[in-house]
Amino acid sequence: MKTIQKIGLVLFLMGLGAFILVPFLGSYSIDEALVRANTKDIHQEKMAEILAPMYGETYSSNFAFLGAFGDNFNAYNDQLKDQSLWDQVIWDDYRFALAKAAVISPVTENPWLFLFLSIGLAVLGGLLYNLPSHAGEPEGIKNNGIFHSSMKAKGWLGMLTGSFLILFYIVLYWYPAFLVNLVWMVNPFSEMLSGNPASQWFLYGLIYTLAISVMGVRMFRKYRGNKYQQLRTASVMFFQTAFAFLIPEVLVLLNQPYFDFKNIWPLDYDFFYDYQMDTFLSSGGVGMFMLIWGILLIIIGVPLFTYFFGKRWYCSWVCGCGGLAETVGDPFRQLSDKSVKAWKYERVIVHSVLVLSVVMTAVTIANYFSGFSFLGNVTNQLHSFYGFAIGSAFAGVVGTGFYPFMGNRVWCRFGCPLAAYLGIVQRFKSRFRITTNGGQCISCGNCSTYCEMGIDVRAYAQKGQNIVRSSCVGCGVCSAVCPRGVLKLENGPEDGRIHELPIIIGNNSIKLNV
Amino acid sequence: MSANHHVVIIGNGIAGITCARHLRKLDDQVKITVISGESTYFFSRTALMYVYMGHMKFEHIQPYENWFWEKNRIDLKEDWVEKIDFQGKNLEFKSGEKLSFDELVIASGSKPNKFGWPGQDLKGVQGLYSKQDLELMEESTKEGVQRAVIVGGGLIGIEMAEMLAYKKIPVTFLVREVGFWDNVLPKDESHLVGRHIREHHIDLRLESELQEIIGDSEGRVRAVRTKSGEEIPCQFVGLTAGVTPNIDFLRNSDLEVNRGVKVDLSFQTNIPNVYAIGDCAEFHQAPAADRKPIEQIWYTGRMHGETLAHTLAGKRLQYQPGIWFNSAKFLDIEYQTYGTVPATWESEMIKSFYWEHSGGKVAFRMLMENSGIILGINNFGFRLRHAFFDKAIREKWEASKVIANLEKANFDPEFFAPYYIEIQKAFKNQFGGDFAISKKSFIQKLFGARV
Repeated sequence: MKTIQKIGLVLFLMGLGAFILVPFLGSYSIDEALVRANTKDIHQEKMAEILAPMYGETYSSNFAFLGAFGDNFNAYNDQLKDQSLWDQVIWDDYRFALAKAAVISPVTENPWLFLFLSIGLAVLGGLLYNLPSHAGEPEGIKNNGIFHSSMKAKGWLGMLTGSFLILFYIVLYWYPAFLVNLVWMVNPFSEMLSGNPASQWFLYGLIYTLAISVMGVRMFRKYRGNKYQQLRTASVMFFQTAFAFLIPEVLVLLNQPYFDFKNIWPLDYDFFYDYQMDTFLSSGGVGMFMLIWGILLIIIGVPLFTYFFGKRWYCSWVCGCGGLAETVGDPFRQLSDKSVKAWKYERVIVHSVLVLSVVMTAVTIANYFSGFSFLGNVTNQLHSFYGFAIGSAFAGVVGTGFYPFMGNRVWCRFGCPLAAYLGIVQRFKSRFRITTNGGQCISCGNCSTYCEMGIDVRAYAQKGQNIVRSSCVGCGVCSAVCPRGVLKLENGPEDGRIHELPIIIGNNSIKLNV
Repeated sequence: MSANHHVVIIGNGIAGITCARHLRKLDDQVKITVISGESTYFFSRTALMYVYMGHMKFEHIQPYENWFWEKNRIDLKEDWVEKIDFQGKNLEFKSGEKLSFDELVIASGSKPNKFGWPGQDLKGVQGLYSKQDLELMEESTKEGVQRAVIVGGGLIGIEMAEMLAYKKIPVTFLVREVGFWDNVLPKDESHLVGRHIREHHIDLRLESELQEIIGDSEGRVRAVRTKSGEEIPCQFVGLTAGVTPNIDFLRNSDLEVNRGVKVDLSFQTNIPNVYAIGDCAEFHQAPAADRKPIEQIWYTGRMHGETLAHTLAGKRLQYQPGIWFNSAKFLDIEYQTYGTVPATWESEMIKSFYWEHSGGKVAFRMLMENSGIILGINNFGFRLRHAFFDKAIREKWEASKVIANLEKANFDPEFFAPYYIEIQKAFKNQFGGDFAISKKSFIQKLFGARV
């Protein structure tokens, strides 16, 4: 390793260390005014009363503060629950808002400094590590040492990384109140972009975008000489930065609804939720445009683009989940399970999620237009379940946390309902296929090993068959790592796209077609 | 065929396994046993290097999942065959067990050539062919190797050099010929690869021959001496001067052998119901004008297996190879060839067109008859379509027609530099021809890589 890369690694680890420490800085104290300012009108009186024992106390850590909050708050709610006074129970979760208001720490004083010391150093270190990689080597893709690497081959480093990611997602989704210092750190940046204070989602969006960028640079280095990979990486970096991160924030600054123009239902599962519909319908021309744009993407964009280019136009060129998988996740792509058994599970699970999301949405829309007379509040229950099980647990915790265990496309392969929809179009009505170059395959297995979607590419290539699979996201890495020039991603006539009879060129002894 | 008809295949390489698989496809009943002492399951021999370099684990180079064999009722027997009783139709294993057969297929592959060099059996000296060779190499290069020497400039030699380079072991590469692999590659191509080898800091010594391998007191290699008298200290020596049929266990039997097991074009040996395919088979006469009596590459092994399966299933076929093709990867440079391109040719009989990119890593050669009919091509550093050239060569296209349609032959990924346009221009300059040069598409102009 070059010196500069070593420095980069040290800086990255320092940044990561700071990132882990920052949430534990400072102390917490709360008074009645803060409670009133951070609770809904209907709860102000009650909350001020419930939390009264905490006023004047100083809590030395987030654990102490949130513990005390929990004791008081739960005592109140539990007593109501025991009496079955369900309508008086406070269901809202005020922990994040109150912890954010209550914290007194160096971070709130110097947010930019701490942003630099944590995320800033990590980004800088990442860039210093990635930019000089492969310098002085001839162009060409090297997967050297991947299965000798602790990080990339499920060694202790990979296990540790996976565990950290899983923990991070669990805290982010269900215990964000522990992260208020980190959120304070990005507060001024959020104010700059949208004029609003930061939420944990802004923090997450920023980290996500920076991770894609830094690891995108790694992709440029690793796949130098491969224009397809370069362009694809630039594309996901662009769509993440502009469409997923900046544009929605700027829309908010301009008093328009927060909207990601490239997110498509049913991946964007709350697109048809009542509050979203209300937002669209109450935001004038722009809101209406967003609603129509979103619907057009679903009913015309997806089938049309997928017909011409395959699902890759979205999954490996545009999508945010795909963007993370293709950059941060690239070092783990070889860990996907290639067995036929895994394929069977994949088909059942991913299509079940698709059915679930469609049913949920259909019920939601019916309920919305019936003025909630159809099912009343039941859709909310359905939404919470879907949001918890699919939106957070599957897409987030498993989707990213499992990179070092099951490869970088766990969510896209087993869970994403949009990928399932795109996949059905790709399988049955598309010009896209991966072409096999006659008889040149030597069954070496590089293509299958590096397929992030767990497709056994070799099984087709060694028979001279085209690869037409609903799950293929068209990342092009099978083609890139093939040592004999056997695989090519192509859009072409549907005629002859899927051939049942394997025809291997070069042996005239056998006439397969007669 | 009935279920008590037993076909036994010795060797689970590409030839033997392809034969077994196709036989099962053609015949649901026949009993099939595949024997290998090397490994329980079929693996891709050509991919051994990637296991060493950590690109894959050994399980990844096994093309079929382990349940595949039982599901297809292909019995696997892990043992070495010691003796064959051809009269009694019986095999004897190293373990002492016996197995009877009705039909026997010998697909025992090759072994590295050793030409009787002094010291060739020292510790740290080896070839690379089998799984055991790989394991030995991993063991021998684990530590304490300051320099390695590779003897013999072929495909396995360059693979071994790349493997050692991965371990950051400096390599001296002794090649007897004037250019790397120049018994197969024309001079320009051989130079191109030679330059690339040196670009990877591999000490390529052309026209250097091994005199002897020198051991230390513990029987380990400590140096090699070349014919010019130079002594090169090294702790590992790779012997990669080609391979030879692995048939020692068949010598001194009723089976007719020469370098390999002698067969006719149906892979029939001199003994009824005994066949040989793949690397270990030697045809009485070469199966085609541009072929050799012993074919030792992956693709031919596969075709032998495919063809013999039909004969075993009761439909006797003769081996008729189609248009020749092959491929390799020299470090970072991919190579493909279609049709006939020998290392040298008679310039009165054959015309040659050669184009090389200014970067020196991308090249294209086409040989033509004097009349202008395409004979074959070599391409380096970019990819060309097998089906296109198979058709063009089979149908004896005019070279200019091939070049005019070269865009259709392009197999590089999207957005790659359109080398075919440069090749078309160069061909038109040199040979003329009434065709339009391909144009870049709008998207290609906007986003595509430049030549």
